[in-house]
Formats: sequence, C-alpha cells, structure tokens
Amino acid sequence: MKIPLSWLREFTAIPLDISVAEIEDAFVRVGFEVESIDVLGGDIQGPLVVAQVLSIEELTEHKKPIRYVGLDCGEGQTRFVICGARNFSVGDRVVAALPGAILPGDFAISARETYGRISDGMICSARELRISDDHTGIIILPADAAIGADATQLLEVNDVVVDLSILADRGYALSARGLAREVASSLGLPYTDPVHLVDSSKYEINNAGVQVSIDDKSAASVIYMRTISNFDLTAQTPLWMSRRIEKCGMRSISLAVDITNYVMLELGQPLHAFDRDKVSGSLHIRRANDDAFLTTLDGQKRQLDPDDLVVAEEAGPLALAGTMGGESSEVTSSTTSIALEAARFDPISIARNSRRHKLSSEASRRLERAVDPSLAELASARAVDLFIQLGGASHIGSAKDGEPRYAPIISFDPHYVSTLLGTEISAATVAEKLLVIGCDLDQSNPDSWKVDPPSWRSDLVHPADLVEEVGRLVGYDKITPRLPIGKKGARLTQAQSRKRNLGLMLANVGFTEVMNSPFVSPEINDLLGFEGDRAKAFRIANPMSEDFPLLRTHLLPGLLIALQRNLGRGAKDPALFEIGTIFRNTTQLAVAEEVPTSSRPTDAQLAQIYQGVPQQPIHIGAVVAGNTQLDGWWGKGRAFDWSDAISMAVRLVEETGNTPRVIASNLAPWHTGRCAEILVGDVVVGHAGELHPRVLTALNLPARSCAFVVVLSAIPFHEVNRAVPVWTMPAAIQDISLIVDHDVPAADVEAALVAGAGELLESIQLFDRYDQLGDGKVSLAYSLTFRAPDRTLTAAEVSEFRTSAAASALEKCGAIVRV
Amino acid sequence: MSLSPDLISAATDAALVAIASAADLEELKQVKIEHIGDRSELAKANQSLGKMDPTARAEFGKVIGMARGKVNAAFAVRELELAAERDARILEEERVDVTLPGRRTQKGGLHPLTILTNEISDLFVGLGYSVAEGPELESEWLNFDALNMPADHPARTMQDTFFVEPLTAKLVMRTHTSPVQVRTMLSEEPPIYVICPGRTYRADELDATHTPVFGQVEGLVIDRGITMADLKGTLDHFAQAMFGPDVKTRLRPSFFPFTEPSAEVDFFFQGRWMEWGGCGMVNPKVLQACGIDTTQFSGFAFGMGLERTLMVRHGISDMHDIVEGDVRFTRHYGTGQI
Repeated sequence: MKIPLSWLREFTAIPLDISVAEIEDAFVRVGFEVESIDVLGGDIQGPLVVAQVLSIEELTEHKKPIRYVGLDCGEGQTRFVICGARNFSVGDRVVAALPGAILPGDFAISARETYGRISDGMICSARELRISDDHTGIIILPADAAIGADATQLLEVNDVVVDLSILADRGYALSARGLAREVASSLGLPYTDPVHLVDSSKYEINNAGVQVSIDDKSAASVIYMRTISNFDLTAQTPLWMSRRIEKCGMRSISLAVDITNYVMLELGQPLHAFDRDKVSGSLHIRRANDDAFLTTLDGQKRQLDPDDLVVAEEAGPLALAGTMGGESSEVTSSTTSIALEAARFDPISIARNSRRHKLSSEASRRLERAVDPSLAELASARAVDLFIQLGGASHIGSAKDGEPRYAPIISFDPHYVSTLLGTEISAATVAEKLLVIGCDLDQSNPDSWKVDPPSWRSDLVHPADLVEEVGRLVGYDKITPRLPIGKKGARLTQAQSRKRNLGLMLANVGFTEVMNSPFVSPEINDLLGFEGDRAKAFRIANPMSEDFPLLRTHLLPGLLIALQRNLGRGAKDPALFEIGTIFRNTTQLAVAEEVPTSSRPTDAQLAQIYQGVPQQPIHIGAVVAGNTQLDGWWGKGRAFDWSDAISMAVRLVEETGNTPRVIASNLAPWHTGRCAEILVGDVVVGHAGELHPRVLTALNLPARSCAFVVVLSAIPFHEVNRAVPVWTMPAAIQDISLIVDHDVPAADVEAALVAGAGELLESIQLFDRYDQLGDGKVSLAYSLTFRAPDRTLTAAEVSEFRTSAAASALEKCGAIVRV
Repeated sequence: MSLSPDLISAATDAALVAIASAADLEELKQVKIEHIGDRSELAKANQSLGKMDPTARAEFGKVIGMARGKVNAAFAVRELELAAERDARILEEERVDVTLPGRRTQKGGLHPLTILTNEISDLFVGLGYSVAEGPELESEWLNFDALNMPADHPARTMQDTFFVEPLTAKLVMRTHTSPVQVRTMLSEEPPIYVICPGRTYRADELDATHTPVFGQVEGLVIDRGITMADLKGTLDHFAQAMFGPDVKTRLRPSFFPFTEPSAEVDFFFQGRWMEWGGCGMVNPKVLQACGIDTTQFSGFAFGMGLERTLMVRHGISDMHDIVEGDVRFTRHYGTGQI
C-alpha cells in the first residue's frame, strides 16, 4: 500500500521536518514493513507558477507544428514561451516554469532563443515534473487555479510516499484512515478519524433508488446501495484528488471512478458504481449457482463457479462481488445515474472469488482481509457527498439490507499482558494502548476488563490479540531476555544418531553429499525402469514445472542427474550421496474429513489424520562414476566397481550393528547380472551394484558407473550391542580350496563352510577365486581361522573341523575339495 | 704345527689388520671365516691346546684366549661401523620427494546444510531440547488447520503451497516444519522443548535467493510460565551461536496465525539489519487444537530458514550453489566445523 504523508497529515499532524529514517522507524516499530520511501519533488526548484494562456501563435515553418504562447503569469506583463504541445487553448490555465527553475534531471530553465523566438520559460507536462508518466500534453489546471500562484503547492509536487507491506490480519491499514491512526500512535500524536466527519443521516433509506437484498446471508452482513442522478458529464476530477490517487499507485480515470477509488483509499471500504440505467430491478447478493458466464470490466468472459459470490439483477449476474465489476453495467463517459454499492462481504467468499478467477483487485485485497462493518454506511455516504460536491449530482435514495456485525466484547485480565510478555506493564499503560487503537474499556473489575474492540479491528477476538496490541505499541525492545533451560537428558534419538553417523562415514570415505529436489519427471522414472511400488509416484497438482510433476519414489533419479551435472562441469571421479525421504503412493488414500480445531481431535479423528499421511521412508543413495583410487603420478588408479558398491552398502548396514546378507538380484536400474540385494534377516535393506548399460548410455554417463541404495528406515535397532569375547589362545589357520559350479553363490559356499566348521571358527576369508578351470567350474580358496578360549588347538582337532566344513560345503553346494 | 707366542701374536696382528681393512660387511664376512672361523690360525691353535701337557695348556690357553678376545672385540666394533655405513647409504639411496602429492582416494564432504543442521541440533540439545522430525508430505490439517489457518484464510494462500493429488486426500508438501510441532504437542505432555529441522516446500521460482525446496528449523517450547522474555533470550542465544557473540537481535511486530503476539526477528550483522525468521507466543487457539491446557501452560515458537542463515554467515551469494549439488561447492566444507 502506497500512501503520501500529505494525506496522512490530514488526520494527524506528522511533523514537517520528519526524516525518512524516522518515518520508516515509526512504521516498523508498530509492525509495518516499509518496502520503500519515495521523496517526491526534491529535485524541483521554482519558480513554477500557474499561468493563463493569453495568445497562441502557430509557427508552421518548422518540421513539426510549434506554438509561440503568450502567458499571464501574474507578473503584470505577458511572458512568451515556445511550446510543442497542442492540447490547450486560449484561456486555459497551465504550469509555467520560469527562468531560474530547475526541473527533475537537473534541467535548468532559462530564457533562450529557439525556433527563431525568445522563449522566456516553459509550459510543463506531468512527466517533466515527474508527477506521472503522462506526456500526451501539458498539464491543464482547473479554471479556478489562481494565476501566479505557486504550482508546486497546487500540484502537491513535494511529498513523501511510503510503500508499506500490509499483513493479512490488518485490512484496516489498507487506507489513509488506518495508516494515519498507526503512525499517530507510533509517534504519540493526536488523531482525527475521518469517518467522524461523515453524516450519513441526510441520505434517507427509501424505495426511490435501486433496491438491494442479501439473498445468501452467509455472503455479507450489511450492504448499502445509494442511487444518484444528474451526474455532470463534464465534471473533471479535481487535481488534489487525482494527485492523491496517483501517489497511491493507481490511475485517475474519470470523476465517477476516481471518487469510488478515492473513498476506498481514504477509508478502506471498496465501492462499486453501477450505471443505474443499465441495471433493471433490484440487486441481489447471491451465489452464481447456475449462471455460467460473466464478462468482467477487463473484457474477459469468465466461467463462473456455482459458489462464486455475485451481485445480480433478475436477469443474471452483473458483477463478481467484491472482486471486479461487469462490463454490461460499467460506468462510462455517458453515465449520469449511478447505483453505488458498499458492502461488508464475507472475507472468505471474496478470497475464494479472487483465487478461483486469479483476480486480485484493490477491492478484493481489502475485502478478504475484513473491512470495518460500519464503513458500508459511512463510506457510501462519503462518496455521495463527493458526487454531489464535485459532480453536481443529486441523491435519489438509498437502500440497505442486513446489519453490521461487530467483534464481541472481550473479557480481559490486564495482568495477562505482563504474564505473556514477561515484563511488568502497568494497567494504566495497558489501558492507554488499548484506547489508542480504538477500543472502548470498562475497567470496573480490575481483574476482568470488558474490552470492546473498534469496528475496524475484527482481528481482535482473544485476550492474546490484545496483548499483541499492547506489546507492539510498548515495544518488544522493552522486554529483558531470559534463557529457559529445557529437559535433563535431552539427546538425539538412535535413528538421528545413526543417520548422522552413516552420512559422516560416507563423507569420510570420499562421497560428497547432495540434496536434490524431490520433483522428478515421468520420463526418468520410465528410463530407470521403475516398476511396482517404485512406479507409484505422487503427482503434484500445481508443479513448478510440468516437466517435473512427480515426487521421487527413489533417490537415484536425482542422484544420476546430479552426477550428470557434475561430469558436465568437468568433475573427475564424482562420488555422490544423498540421505533423503522418498514418497510412494502405495496405500489407498481416504477422503480427508473435516476435523474441527476448537479442541483436541478425538483419538479416532487423530488416527484418521495420521493414517491419511503416507509412510515416507528415508533412504541413503549413492552413485559413483570413475575411480575410487585416483590416477596420479604414481600411475593408474582403480575404478570403483560393482564390488565396491556392494561392499559400501554392506559396510553401511554393518555400521548399524546388524549382520547383512547379500543375494543376487535383478532390479532396475542396475545391471541385470551385477545387482546385489542386501538383507538383514528377511528384511530387504538395500541394493547395490553396477548400473544398467542402457541407462548409463541414455543418461550419457560413463560405462560401469555404480550405485547403491540403503533403506535407512528399514534397518533394525538392537537394545544393547553385547560384547564379543576376545580370546587370547593361539589361533590355528586352515586353508581349503573348493571347486563348485560357477552359478553357486560364493556367499552360500561361505555360509556352508561356517555352518560345518563348528563353534571355534573365529573368521573366514575368501583369499582366491579362479574361474579358468573350464567345465563351468570355479575354484574358491578360503582361509579358516580357529581359536579356542582355553587351550591351544591340536592339529587333529583343527583337521577335523576342516573336514567337517568341507563336508557341509559338499552337501549344501556340491563343493569338491581341490587337491 | 707347533705353537709359539710369536705365531699367535702374528696371527692376531694379521686378523686385526684384516678386520680394519674390510671395506664392507661382505669383506668382513670373509675376514671372519679366515681369521675367526674354525679354520683360522687362532681356532686351530685353540684346538691344539687339548694335546698339550697341563702346564703348558694353562699358559698357552691364556695367551690364545686373550688373542681371540681381542680379535672378536675388534670384529664386533668393525661390524657395527660397517652396518651403520651401509644403513646410511641405503637410506640416502631411498630418499624421495616427500612433497609429491599423496596417493589418495577422492575427498568427500557433508552438505553444509547438514553440518549447519547438526550444529543447531547440538546447540539446542545442549539446552535440553529434543530434535523432532516428521513427514514432508503432510496432511493439510496438521500443516494448516491446527495452526489456526482454516481453509480460505488469507494466510493460507500467502504461502504458495504444493498440493498433491488426489486433492480429496488433503495432502500438501509441508510449507513449514510447524506440523512437526503440532504432532509433538498432540503426542507429548508438556513441558515440551523441541526443535524441528527439516525440508519444506513453497512454490517459489529458483533464483539467487529463493528455492522451492528449502530447509527450516523451528523451535517450540511449552511450559509453565513461558513468556516472551524466554523467547527473546532463546533467540539471542541462538543468534550468538550462529553469528558470533556480538550479534544483536530485534523483534519487529508481525503477523502469523499460529502465534499471538507475533514478531519478525532481525539480526544486526556486518553493519546492517537482516530478516532472520518469524516467532511469537503460541496462539492459544493452536494450544486448544492440540489439547494443551492454556490455563496451565504457555509457549513460544520460532522458525528460521537454514539457507538464509548459511548464506549470510558464509557469504554465499547464489542459492543455485546450495541446491545444485556441485561437488566443488560441498567438498570445500569437508565434514567438520564450518
């Protein structure tokens, strides 16, 4: 909201010498964010005077027509100036900059010879004075402007315009009335409420004009419709009014429209003017229901929603209530009779109108923030005053429906202010601040005041709302800080510690963490071959980009694109990881029911709310392209391969104190023969291996790039990790070399050996694998370490364990001991 | 062979000369065989002692013993000398350029937002807070309704929300981590001291200072006698931990549906006031919706953007660097203190 200080000064005497910093501070202190402060006219120096055109001599010998104009500047003699504009005639009053004046852009005016004549000054356009962008001609002043008077004053050139960002609960501040009150209370100045100057009683409620009714009682509490006629078509908007409208960032259009906008800016009540002759019968505030279309003022034919709030005549809707008028009843340059609407519409209905039609107007912005209910009557009367005063109109009659509804009286313990703010604030101060914002107080019970909030503050409903008002006016800087200490024994949960540790582990072995957007394209999901649950993606109804409308079901799409980006920027051997949430649309989602917020929901309602939110597991994902041991002056490095990927995934799981198991898998987007599934017990906790060559080619990623994903939320927790005894007797090592079919998983062979080797097996390691035996056989050589807690094992004992292990491998895997 | 003192003396001298002139351990080994070994003159003399009569044996035995002792001692000394020379030579031969870049694996790193989140979590855990987390795809009731933002409340549209299909399920990408506060209040009895870090979503175009996916940390305290003074003290402590002990904060009146009174918290850093986040006393309507007895308990809440905190503190000028996952940006921070 832009507002000139000159307007605010009408209602409160802001000191003339106030600095920009002081203005900003005055607003910020009471909770208004200042977007900008624009000092107007600082770059203009007089003399700038009102002049009357006495004579016009057309000079035709030049490329464009030029006028040599005689001016009465109140100096007792005619002054002649050259002028290129043509929008004026003899007798008009114009703005003349006399020699010595300096206009914006450091444009110094002096007497000079041009077009073969002496030009002794300049006639100014609005743009030359930087008061608007209008440069279609020079400024024509009203006929009553005093010749020789200072035009900078008349045009209100010198001013300060403050642009404020108005919060959603402060609709009243979208007006000179509201902002003057705030700045007055901030600066401790007296304030005059402009509505006190309005006398609405002179406009009788009768049947003479357009009648109105609120058909849908939920749509508005009160509406006034005032009908005027004999509006003078030649009447112009006075300068003071158009200047104020322009300074507020709106355009001056015509007197009728300007009056409605002016009153809205002044008091905060949006008004709508219907051409009375284009309205038949009485007007109704109702829902659009079956009416399908309305063409609004901006020329758009809009499809109506049955719930849209409209102002309608019998034949159909005329306006989108509180949002935008309709074309058919628009006030035009030939309108002489006007029906003027002012209503206290239901804010939510207006917000919906505005949102459904993507139409945020000056009116809707105010009405959806709740307008002072008393203003429908007063602002409409103020506008009629102006129509009569400026447009020579006469009041035909006024109609009204409904009654203003005001916020209820609040029972308020003034001590609550100190209790909530944490600083002692006296009852006297509390009372003073509440009076400043316009409340009426009954303090007869010192512990329970009756506070009647002002009509324009429908946001003041609860005692806490009043505490805020007192707090912001007293100033939060008056509160002395105190640091509260929470609960003993606070710490991270097991899951939080685990997540942190695993991320740290990956970072310490060379992985770089990324945080990808979870919005992905359907194309990449298809490319990666996601099926089943991983193909069940949620869709964003209003995505930032139609190309990325899905929520990720897996971390790999984002990681692969980040890998691509890094390689594209020249990164060598990137290894990326992400720890993040994934989203799968795998449960039937019920229709959410309305749950009230006036008290805690029932357990059943809560269960329904919680169950309505899908499970969102946390995954750890990683992708690697290139080497794990880097190339260098020492020679070639070593590529990060499928086995590194599996071992990293296994290590992550082991780090949690669990014992993972690896089996062969075939899950997209991994290489069909190089994908491991990792389990804890029977729970799948991850996949790892080399990526599918088709995927790598399609994404233009290096061949043999690898990936692993661990489902962090699926890894079990253990109560206490029990100690493993450390035996100190000598170990006995037995090697065993086995021949198995090539498709027997090594993990199965190892498991069979472990099962047969007995309790004293301390560890087992595959130290050699040879696959050149032919006949589809491979040789696996294991080293088995045995140890007893209490004695040195004998050769005979150990040999027996080895034989038993071999027998188990033979039985379970068909393994033959190689001799 | 007949033994004589002269002979022994000559053999001893010969051995000592040979030992002294051995140039390296290899030569010394040969000297040992010739002059100390079983076939050396002195060894043979010693062996011949057995055939002597006892008187002469005692006398000669002493002479030979002394001679052999002298030779062995000289040998030991020379052997140590030669070993030291050899070691010195080998070490010199093995000298390398230690300034060559070390053989290494790739350097990794945690995302600075993770490091910052950990730092903030630790700070508040130290103050007796728990770290609370919740889903990013959240119910509208928890994200809005329970926070005094009923449908069509202008405040609800002021946060550009991502809605998720089907719309009837009323699920949104959470616009703040406040639903975690609500979940905490619904599941725990006061006193409650939690911070809620996490990812949040608003439909803002990605540019130098905005991103549709961003991190937030919110704090919530519900206890007996909690006032705005507690909020100010906590924010000051937090700001000082983030921006240094000299940072100043100020509360500017503002509006949020879930707090009353509400304020923006600004901090004065590097010569100017900057917006940090929102805060206020938890609106009694929110406490009611969560079933907390407002006659017994009051509370405060605050919320800050993690990216903004990071950008201001570390002089990051472009949001793209934070979200794009370029390893050059992240590796710079390593894994530790930032």
